[in-house]
Amino acid sequence: MSTATTTHDAHHEEHPSGLMRWVTTTNHKDIGTLYLLFSLLMFMVGGAMAMVIRAELFEPGLQFVEPQFFNSMTTMHALIMIFGAVMPAFVGLANWLIPMMIGAPDMALPRMNNWSFWILPFAFAILLSTLFMEGGAPAGGWTMYPPLVMQTGNAFPFLIFSVHLMGISSIMGAINVIVTIVNMRAPGMTMMKMPLFVWTWLITAYLLIATMPVLAGAVTMLLTDRFFDTSFFNAAGGGDPVMFQHIFWFFGHPEVYILILPAFGIVSQIIPTFARKPLFGYSSMVYATASIAFLSFIVWAHHMFTVGMPLTGELFFMYATMLIAVPTGVKVFNWVSTMWRGAMTFETPMLFAIGFVIMFTIGGFSGLMLAMAPVDFQYHDTYFVVAHFHYVLVTGAVFAIMGACYYWIPKWTGHMYNEKLGKLHFWLSTISVNILFFPQHFLGLAGMPRRIPDYSVQFAGFNEISSIGGFAFGLTQLLFVYIVFQTIKGGEKATDQVWEGAHGLEWTLPSPPPYHSFSTAPEVK
Amino acid sequence: MLVTKTKRALTAAAGIAALGGATSAAADYGLNLTTGVTPISREAYDLHMLILQVCIGIGFVVFGAMFISIVKHRKSRGVQPSQFHESTTVEILWTIIPFLILVGMAIPATKALVAMEDTSNADLSIKVTAYQWRWGYDYVDNGVSFISSLSTPKDQIYNKAKKDEHYLLEVDKPLVVPVNKKVRLLITANDVIHAWWVPALGMKKDAIPGFINEMWFKVEKAGTYRGQCAELCGKDHGFMPIVVVAKDEADYEKWVAEQKGAASADKQAAQRTWSRDDLMARGEKVYNSSCAACHQANGAGVPGAFPALKGSKVATGPVGEHISMVLHGKPGTAMAAFANQLSDVELAAVVTYERNAWGNDTGDMVQPSDVKAAR
Repeated sequence: MSTATTTHDAHHEEHPSGLMRWVTTTNHKDIGTLYLLFSLLMFMVGGAMAMVIRAELFEPGLQFVEPQFFNSMTTMHALIMIFGAVMPAFVGLANWLIPMMIGAPDMALPRMNNWSFWILPFAFAILLSTLFMEGGAPAGGWTMYPPLVMQTGNAFPFLIFSVHLMGISSIMGAINVIVTIVNMRAPGMTMMKMPLFVWTWLITAYLLIATMPVLAGAVTMLLTDRFFDTSFFNAAGGGDPVMFQHIFWFFGHPEVYILILPAFGIVSQIIPTFARKPLFGYSSMVYATASIAFLSFIVWAHHMFTVGMPLTGELFFMYATMLIAVPTGVKVFNWVSTMWRGAMTFETPMLFAIGFVIMFTIGGFSGLMLAMAPVDFQYHDTYFVVAHFHYVLVTGAVFAIMGACYYWIPKWTGHMYNEKLGKLHFWLSTISVNILFFPQHFLGLAGMPRRIPDYSVQFAGFNEISSIGGFAFGLTQLLFVYIVFQTIKGGEKATDQVWEGAHGLEWTLPSPPPYHSFSTAPEVK
Repeated sequence: MLVTKTKRALTAAAGIAALGGATSAAADYGLNLTTGVTPISREAYDLHMLILQVCIGIGFVVFGAMFISIVKHRKSRGVQPSQFHESTTVEILWTIIPFLILVGMAIPATKALVAMEDTSNADLSIKVTAYQWRWGYDYVDNGVSFISSLSTPKDQIYNKAKKDEHYLLEVDKPLVVPVNKKVRLLITANDVIHAWWVPALGMKKDAIPGFINEMWFKVEKAGTYRGQCAELCGKDHGFMPIVVVAKDEADYEKWVAEQKGAASADKQAAQRTWSRDDLMARGEKVYNSSCAACHQANGAGVPGAFPALKGSKVATGPVGEHISMVLHGKPGTAMAAFANQLSDVELAAVVTYERNAWGNDTGDMVQPSDVKAAR
């Protein structure tokens, strides 16, 4: 490297230190770190709420909290986990990894990147402040169905405003991802050579841009119904409460895939590395992701089979929903074939990836069952649904995120994490999460509705087991926090390649990588 | 206590073990969907078992392959990784085969769905109105009408008394239907969205304000069937159970006659003038079952959510406005319109009670005739 470029680089390295470094940063790695740490914090806050829920449900009867507060807990737990933990974690991973994977120096729109992160702490401060307001935090469910949501106390406008902020943040993050991927790929990095994590994020970003404004519209209509005498969703004024559900789920179903597609990408990076074998069907994985994204727009009303749709509507949404099983199956088959006749080792990221494939598939099976409208009339709004979406979101999305952290943290920090503790974290998590959520299938089938603070005595046994699993899973995550901070502070020096079987541009950079990932674009053959 | 807990845990563990093999035995442990007592619930159960078995079959193949791979294809066994990848034939195969399996499942599902949605030619129609947090039933054909609410005492909920067998699944007045008749429910709601669900009847439907949904069932076996509201409807969502009692034709007719007799007695009670003590006593009962959930038994309400009645403008101001508030509710808030939920006697009693309890010493007395005039 010539002296001239070194000086040039050094100039770029100048940035404020201390707190101001983080407030004013436009660097994709700093912003990625902020996103990931914020997500970890929210994971703990949302997790604490889950602990309250499981404590109250440990035994029949009301022991710890009143029903209204219980409803606030389920509502806030969902909003915080979805918008505060899982989505920011994926955006954090995108920030860290996409520029390194496509051979770019940074994200395309660094100032917007800063803004999209710094909106989030305010959005969640507003949302959490409602816990201390008169009338309590929102308690109408994260789905915010009217007319019930209209009974929210002073928290109502704060809920709407914080959802608006989360949406703005997500849209800006998504625009940044798209612009970066489309414009900043290294020479030779054609679309069909991009790592799958980049592909799945590109598709996710389009889903975000298409659906977040729909959510914003829906909650704005709630706002005007409450404060400006409109009647969008008020039957007494000629409106239609079911209309909200259609609009909400038109956002809500693609949102489900926003929460899982990047996880598919992560697992598709990890498995080939530790199987020491290329991904079985790269292009079919890309097409399957695109098919899932397309289908996600035409299945929304399967969340509403009981609202009294016409028969033809129910049939359409049932068939369309069942179709999603096809591309999802293609993905699972591809992962398994990638493992087949490989030479596998089972470091922590691989354990999480294998755990993901098995447990996400279990969630996929219950999803297929829920797609069948005539049986969904029995499953709908029971603990069977709770079990289903926690299998796809906890053992699916969250496991993939944790796997990603173990996989790339040596690259990010330059230190290896503690492998023994990592494996312990995986096994404790996997055992406890199944004790937590598997019995909920039985509870739902036996007839326990979701979102209830108290239940009849016949449900006592499984709730007790589930709560024990919940406390164990919650405690185990403190171990994860410890491992992460231990690795940030120090540890065995990581090599550039980190993993024997790792392929991709990010592994050609030093560990930790330089402040600007690729100052000179690498040549991809 | 500990013994029963351990027993429950053991039963549960045994149940999990049983699910793999004998699914019929599993039903006894409350692990599986109920077969129910209607043609619809049986159809739902059969479909559920079909798709569950298909899923278990696919899971067996996929997880089996993974398991073999994890055991055999590991680096520690010294294997060399094969580098095969990309096969269009295989990709097409594992797209088409699952698709065909799905078509195979969609055919019986479509048949079942068509049958479930056919509410024509009903023998009996009952209008179901959901309120926060109770159910109202109006028999369209014979005029019987009543409100059904949770009968579990508060002491059991707050662990001050032993919970009985049907804790939270018991009501003061169950819905009574004849067996082997096609019963059509016309479901709506008064305030927020609820959902009417009795698992043994195999169907659930949302109760939506401003809309009327339909569902039907034909109970084939006399008995008592229990369910709950299945759509989050606010604070006491977990406390609005549904109990359906299916009776033989003759018993059902007898029950209808009794209800009609009770209704005419109520009408007479509304004609006479009530004494203060009678009004206060009846009012306290009505208050505790219909109002105390929000405004609290001591009238203090919940700050920020439910206003206090103790010393409130409405409860100590003009009587007419108070009656009107209880009759018509306050739109846009949780305050429901009680005009259709409570009788003239009950409304008169509860307004009298609210104006004279907890130190609200207005001295006013409201008679059933006053309420009738205000309707």
